[in-house]
Amino acid sequence: MTREQMEIDCVVVGAGPSGLAAAIRLKQLKPDLSVCVLEKGSEVGAHILSGAVFEPRSLNELIPDWQAKGAPLNTAAKDDHFYYLTRSKAYPLPTPPPMHNHGNYIISLGNLCRWLAGQAEALGVEIFTGFAAAEVLYGEDGHVKGVATGDMGIGKDGKPTETYTPGVELLARQTIIAEGCRGSLTRTLFERFDLRADCDPQTYGIGFKELWEIDPAKHQPGKILHTIGWPLTADTYGGSFCYHLENHQLIVGFVVGLDYANPFLSPFEEFQRYKTHPLIRPLLEGARRLSYGARAISAGGAQSVPKLTFPGGVLVGDTAGFLNVPKLKGSHTAMKSGMLAAEAVAEALDSGAVEAASYPARLKQSWLWRELYAVRNIKPSFKWGLWPALAYAALDSFVLRGRAPWTLHHTPDHTRLKPAAASKPIAYPKPDGKLTFDRLSSVFVSNTNHEENQPAHLKLKDAAVPIAINLKLYDAPEQRYCPAGVYEIVEGPALRINAQNCIHCKTCDIKDPTQNIVWTVPEGGGGPNYPNM
Amino acid sequence: MKILVAVKRVIDYNVRVRVRADGSGVETANVKFSMNPFDEIALEEAVRLKESGAATEVIAVSIGPVQAQETLRSALAMGADRAILIQTDEAVEPLAVAKLLAAVARRESVELAILGKQAIDDDANQTGQMLAALLDWPQGTFASKLSIENGHAIVTREIDGGLETIRLALPALITTDLRLNTPRYASLPNIMKAKKKPLEVLTQAELGVDITPRLVTLKVEEPPKRKAGVKVADAAQLFDKLKHEAKVI
Repeated sequence: MTREQMEIDCVVVGAGPSGLAAAIRLKQLKPDLSVCVLEKGSEVGAHILSGAVFEPRSLNELIPDWQAKGAPLNTAAKDDHFYYLTRSKAYPLPTPPPMHNHGNYIISLGNLCRWLAGQAEALGVEIFTGFAAAEVLYGEDGHVKGVATGDMGIGKDGKPTETYTPGVELLARQTIIAEGCRGSLTRTLFERFDLRADCDPQTYGIGFKELWEIDPAKHQPGKILHTIGWPLTADTYGGSFCYHLENHQLIVGFVVGLDYANPFLSPFEEFQRYKTHPLIRPLLEGARRLSYGARAISAGGAQSVPKLTFPGGVLVGDTAGFLNVPKLKGSHTAMKSGMLAAEAVAEALDSGAVEAASYPARLKQSWLWRELYAVRNIKPSFKWGLWPALAYAALDSFVLRGRAPWTLHHTPDHTRLKPAAASKPIAYPKPDGKLTFDRLSSVFVSNTNHEENQPAHLKLKDAAVPIAINLKLYDAPEQRYCPAGVYEIVEGPALRINAQNCIHCKTCDIKDPTQNIVWTVPEGGGGPNYPNM
Repeated sequence: MKILVAVKRVIDYNVRVRVRADGSGVETANVKFSMNPFDEIALEEAVRLKESGAATEVIAVSIGPVQAQETLRSALAMGADRAILIQTDEAVEPLAVAKLLAAVARRESVELAILGKQAIDDDANQTGQMLAALLDWPQGTFASKLSIENGHAIVTREIDGGLETIRLALPALITTDLRLNTPRYASLPNIMKAKKKPLEVLTQAELGVDITPRLVTLKVEEPPKRKAGVKVADAAQLFDKLKHEAKVI
């Protein structure tokens, strides 16, 4: 069966904050353009996971009357608290200026995306959920001419089943790639157009989040708590967040830098034991966990932003890497990048240019770039360890004010693991089923599902590497960094890949020491079904 | 022959259903909804009958809030020709649903109604049977095979100990079991086309049906948590535990 083709002006890959902001801006500028958004989640918001304390700056610019239009920004940020934790104590620290949240909101980014999708549709944007963009399409002269959605109804054996439905080719004059951190198509574009030639390697973190319903007596809407220190050691980058949302809901989350060195480290279990700290435990006692999820985030900042345009398309949002690390925020920057790209795309569509070349210049002139450039040295300074980094961050923020004449550089996360023989095993406590949980009961509350009869979407370049290198040298770290229990060493020994559990966080694609694991999109609609995450 | 297919908007089967903290019902805010899987099977069967030439039109009907239009759009994308939403924000019980569907079936002069055997939210398994009774039509419930021959529906049903095949004179009612078929995917071009297919919105008043609930929900609570199992050393200990702790032998 041949694939059907649809001709449109612009296709956006991914209905997250950057993709939707781009689609909305494009339609605001050029109402007559045909704009389609593809989303691999079963609905908009299904794969969205974020803290989230949201800075409304971009939203103010995009939809100034968002309040009247009912945007779900319901909980104004109130007090900021910042602590350094030891195993049993919490020492208050001064809140660094980028972490002041006056004027911001504690939100569910998933719900904001659902609302943005409604705004986009009202402008005539077509949003197709449950369709994964699986392939970039190239014209004869090598420019990107759109994307193809994945075939549906392919069996485990790779052969069509009775429900086989071929993918569709969306032929677009411009393609906006808004896949989020470590996009699978972005990765192929990096190679094809050598987009990372003049930037630092990207560096990442894995963020965990749980949503709890807590005792109303303990709930203080708008309260914001961040911690550093325990349970992480000073050589590992990371920290926690804890936000009081509306309706007696409490968000607890944890981020671990994927540049960690000890292969025995389990980010998931660090998060679980963080909840047992005396600062957090009382909040969660007697409470009910509603949801769980995890997602990788780009933490490289300004120096890791790749070339953003290529013939036929642009990169926006976290797949390019616009997260402001010291601010702990990436949604407003993602949206802004989408809006700037849309302006450049509109211009290119007008002039008939194949590349939206004005996007980088628009970016460099915007507050977004000034914001990112000023904080560019904070995250890389953490390679010196927690205390030197905090001292440097203070120097950088208060004395140099981001105007240091130097730029610190990154190394790729997957090269940072030390061999197991040179590392110390970590004994994590067993989950109690009330406050702390195992991976499988956690995946259960992420509402994750994949059609069972389909080829595994996690591919190994070389089937021998997981045992010959990963297990032998690093004690199979994929068992520990995967937040969903996808990777299991079973008798043999052999690596079993439970692809059905995958919550699309992309950590394996990032951290695998030999870069042997390749994350590709499964059949559309698969993956987590996050509620208001 | 016109076919009526009822499609219900239910909490998606992948979502872990949660009881509201106050016990008044299950949490529906920010929860993903989709078409009841048994109704997808019903719709698939109807579309196949149309594709085989046995039917002329497939009408998808849903009863529920304005968001049920999305469920109907999915039905249209899968191949229904047009859709009717009976819009209400009230909770509707199976008898009320059956009465509303009967009114639509009469209005549209359908000759076949295909329903899911039950909806995965309330698991009532009543609407189809009630609808057949209200219309005074023969019914073939839990169908695992269906064909139309000479004005009759031939229905194979899975029953205890085997298969039962029955012949119903049309007009008739069918409810679908899991093994009847595997529903197709709605393709992207068909989702596009579905946006332009007709979708009519009605109220229960226009159909002259009273949907006042006859049942009262007292309380909704989660089943008790299952306790962790224990390992026993030998058969004697197992016997002892079954006899004295579990008191089942």
